[in-house]
Amino acid sequence: MTNTWQDIRNADVVLVMGGNAAEAHPCGFKWVIEAKLENNAKLVVVDPRFTRTASVADFHAPIRPGTDIAFLNGVIRYLLEKDAIQHDYVRAYTSASLIVKDGFGFEDGLFTGYKEDTRSYDKSSWNYDLDEQGFARIDDTWQDPRCVINLLRKHVDRYTPETVSRICGTPQDKYLKVCEMIAATAAPDKALTSLFALGWTQHSVGAQNIRAMAMVQLLLGNIGVAGGGMNALRGHSNIQGLTDVGLLSNQMPGYMTLPSDKEPTFEEYMKTRQFKPLRPGQTSYWQNYRKFFVSFQKAVYGDAARADNDWAYDWLPKLDAPMYDIIRAFDMMANGKINGYICQGFNPLQAFPDKGKIRRGLSKLKFLVTMDPLDTETSRFWENFGPQNPSDPASIATEVFQLPTTCFAEENGSLVNSARWLQWHWKAADGPGEAKSDLWIMSGIFHRMREMYRKDGGAFADPILNLTWNYTDPVEPNPEELAKEMNGKALTEVKDATGAVTLKAGQLLDGFAQLRDDGTTASGCWIFSGCYTEKGNQMARRDASDPREQGIAPNWAWSWPANRRILYNRASADVAGKAWNPQKPIIEWNGSRWAGIDVPDYGPTVKPSEGVGPFIMNAEGVGRLFARDQMAEGPFPEHYEPFESPSPNILHPKVSSNPAARVFADDRAAFGEASEFPYVATTYRLTEHFHYWTKHALINAILQPEEFIEIGEVLAKEKGIEQGGWVRLASKRGVVVCKAYVTKRIKPMLVDGKPTHVIGVPIHWGFTGLARKGYGANTLTPSVGDANTQTPEFKAFLVSIERTTAPVA
Amino acid sequence: MADLQSQDYVRRSASTMTPPSARSHEIEVAKLIDVSRCIGCKACQAACMEWNNLRAEIGHFEGTYDNPLDLDPHTWTLMRFTEWDNDEGNLEWLIRKDGCMHCADPGCLKACPAPGAIVQYANGIVDFISEACIGCGYCVKGCPFNIPRISQVDHKSYKCTLCSDRVAVGLEPACVKACPTGAIMFGSKTDMTAWAGERVAELNSRGFAKAGLYDPPGVGGTHVMYVLHHADRPSLYAGLPDDPHISALVSVWKGLFKPLAVAGVALAAVTGFLHWIVAGPNEVQPLDEAEAKHLIHADEPQ
Repeated sequence: MTNTWQDIRNADVVLVMGGNAAEAHPCGFKWVIEAKLENNAKLVVVDPRFTRTASVADFHAPIRPGTDIAFLNGVIRYLLEKDAIQHDYVRAYTSASLIVKDGFGFEDGLFTGYKEDTRSYDKSSWNYDLDEQGFARIDDTWQDPRCVINLLRKHVDRYTPETVSRICGTPQDKYLKVCEMIAATAAPDKALTSLFALGWTQHSVGAQNIRAMAMVQLLLGNIGVAGGGMNALRGHSNIQGLTDVGLLSNQMPGYMTLPSDKEPTFEEYMKTRQFKPLRPGQTSYWQNYRKFFVSFQKAVYGDAARADNDWAYDWLPKLDAPMYDIIRAFDMMANGKINGYICQGFNPLQAFPDKGKIRRGLSKLKFLVTMDPLDTETSRFWENFGPQNPSDPASIATEVFQLPTTCFAEENGSLVNSARWLQWHWKAADGPGEAKSDLWIMSGIFHRMREMYRKDGGAFADPILNLTWNYTDPVEPNPEELAKEMNGKALTEVKDATGAVTLKAGQLLDGFAQLRDDGTTASGCWIFSGCYTEKGNQMARRDASDPREQGIAPNWAWSWPANRRILYNRASADVAGKAWNPQKPIIEWNGSRWAGIDVPDYGPTVKPSEGVGPFIMNAEGVGRLFARDQMAEGPFPEHYEPFESPSPNILHPKVSSNPAARVFADDRAAFGEASEFPYVATTYRLTEHFHYWTKHALINAILQPEEFIEIGEVLAKEKGIEQGGWVRLASKRGVVVCKAYVTKRIKPMLVDGKPTHVIGVPIHWGFTGLARKGYGANTLTPSVGDANTQTPEFKAFLVSIERTTAPVA
Repeated sequence: MADLQSQDYVRRSASTMTPPSARSHEIEVAKLIDVSRCIGCKACQAACMEWNNLRAEIGHFEGTYDNPLDLDPHTWTLMRFTEWDNDEGNLEWLIRKDGCMHCADPGCLKACPAPGAIVQYANGIVDFISEACIGCGYCVKGCPFNIPRISQVDHKSYKCTLCSDRVAVGLEPACVKACPTGAIMFGSKTDMTAWAGERVAELNSRGFAKAGLYDPPGVGGTHVMYVLHHADRPSLYAGLPDDPHISALVSVWKGLFKPLAVAGVALAAVTGFLHWIVAGPNEVQPLDEAEAKHLIHADEPQ
């Protein structure tokens, strides 16, 4: 979230699209209700189904799964056509006036530079027209046809209301009503908050879905303001923390990136990470990358990371592929290229696409270690549980080590919530039976591996042998010590330019501004710096006082970065430093500094007259309406059909789906056609359950006991399916036999003149736990991901459906 | 269920004496369920199960989100979901938390023939006292909302207590505490009625012209009230009675039939006494013994 849960109450319009906040986030949803009650907000829901969120909404518009970009590009077109944009904001705070260089273009569904053989782009034309000093040229008058705003206008021109309706199946009147409600927040004192989740990310165009909405928000002047923002409601407790500390195959902590094998030296690596400003005088905060990186290496390797060995750069893994995401990993597993798997806090047999392929992959492993508080399906993949898991143990050689772990309430630690708050929690009970903490298990594996490297040597022992492990209890490091390590400390006495001592050796840092690139500071995760200082554990603070009653309680827990609650908050004020919305100021210029209820996302004493943009992490200093080379499939969002789609791409039939998405051969062969699988399916959660965990809890199992799918009345009648009757739902990849819920909440949509039916597939059932046995939605889903993140396309695929009888156990 | 002294009672089933009402200075409480703020998350159901330590069977999917399918001795509150195409042709998904309404004039209490099995406290809560319950099911017949359920295990009647044990020590009912969106509020009946007025005004402003408070006069008002978007049609909400009244049968039983029946019982006793005087006691005959034995063994599994 750019903003916070509490801040939702400041919104004038709450747009829930690409998520179902009431269903998946019932506790946080209280702030939407508050917005309605206290701020007279309108709640707008755009969703294929009439959801629990829709049940309390002011307006619901249906949309075909996988067509959000068409809808949002249409919204952009509407805003530009009606001139419903916040002009002063767009001029000063976005890249609207920057000029794009000649050579960039878009034709027949492809941007310039497409390479068909590698399904990727040469992005060299996706850039600004740069002057001799490397700064982007601009035209503040927006006359130049190569201005970003004019190129954008041209790009979205095809998305007329008629076209949007043909693609999305949203009736034109409902679509225009949503446009109108969104456009009302272009007023400087009005804000729209965008609440989204996996309904946007789980598409082959997931990242571009979100970019499209971010562009809408920039045009409306809704980023950085109270009640505005792009608010990703995270799907797991601490999944925000997972990305923050870089637990992705191509990441390092604090959103630094792992080197590729084309960057053999540290200097080579740093070349593309200098982030030179693209406009004069801009902050471009990533210029400090070297400080964050060196401090990280010092935290990991201590004295062994030195200037003369490039801070142990050589010990970092170098990627030979863009990333080793789960789809790639299981493709390798299924093809015998990965043969051991330590699976920590994950249940891939339920959570990853194409269950059959996942089972085949696990079956080829030599060993599988699972670490989980629950008896997961993954741990038991080799057992025959009947049709829901038809394994043949005799043919599987995988040795499985099932290690029970403690859960969050059985240990101290911190969780990062959607609003980027690090909240400390305290152990409430001992774990049951032989459960051990993840720290104990991981430490044990490390110590044994290090001992083996010490004794027997190995191909590349240095990264293991030189790892620092200076914990009071090396067998089970305590979470407080780990938190301090993330926060960072001075390794030697640190002096400023005048020679005065600013930090004593060993002193915990106050924040990342103190990090140095000379090896005198260490920090395991620069964005967490400030969470555990000499003043104590800031994450453990529990002061709920909210000075302006505006949803900002600065002394409750600790928020990254720098305890800042609303990102880009400089943009809440106009160029001169006065709040756009005087009723809800966040920070304002008081003549000598920026002051208000939040930590400024800006130099605290940088004068408004200096012209420094509010988006300090961007080299341009402004919000990007043109993504340059940052996205895999283009600088502007474009509508591509899902890989399994009931209709051709009417904009460019030859380039129907995302041209830059990676597709493995086996997975492509497992895509189905609309002729055989004519209905659109989409997967989702129910409020009664959390993924595949709560079916192990009795009360949740009682509240939603058994697998089912949701089908509209029209299709049910056509197929002779009765309320609560058994159905056989099939995709090219698998079959689910379960009960049907015949509902009014899903209605057929008219897509390009053709009635299109959507079938809803809740995800929660498996073959362990207390709820009744089920097949699981991922039996059906395709193995293809977003071109940038590889998040699987769970939200739009094709199925067939027939009535049937109960499965024989 | 609550272990409250009988001095709390303002009414007591099947009793001729007037309860002491020693705490009649207490204010009447009410739970206000604002249907327009409810997202149907079932947190109230889970909280009810946890506080009362009840676990129904793990059931089956039955073509509805209502789980369990109905109220039962282990399920004292239940979300009921209704899909309704409104008059403008737009879908509304009406979600109502069902459970005891704690009527000011409780039909269950009036119908109950077991002395002290159903009581009403000074704060308005209607409670079932299991020790005194004879499991006859008259409360079920007497309830205009179809709430009480008889356990097939101990043949006692069960329903929501409005967490009388929590309320007695100054806490709100468990469902109220658990509700994430503030759709369930709790306080004095006066305050809740006033708050409902604000909610109704807000709903009117959003186009729900017929929004209103459900506090049906036919049962003297209730201590569980609803804010409804369509207060003119309560039955849209999974059959909430439009105009609930205590069954005429209960009135007949209490008003006319009961004195007659008592007279009948008294007459039988007098007749019996006269028979004893005139003909002597009844003796058990061998035929009676055989018949009794047969009856006892008839119940045993074959």
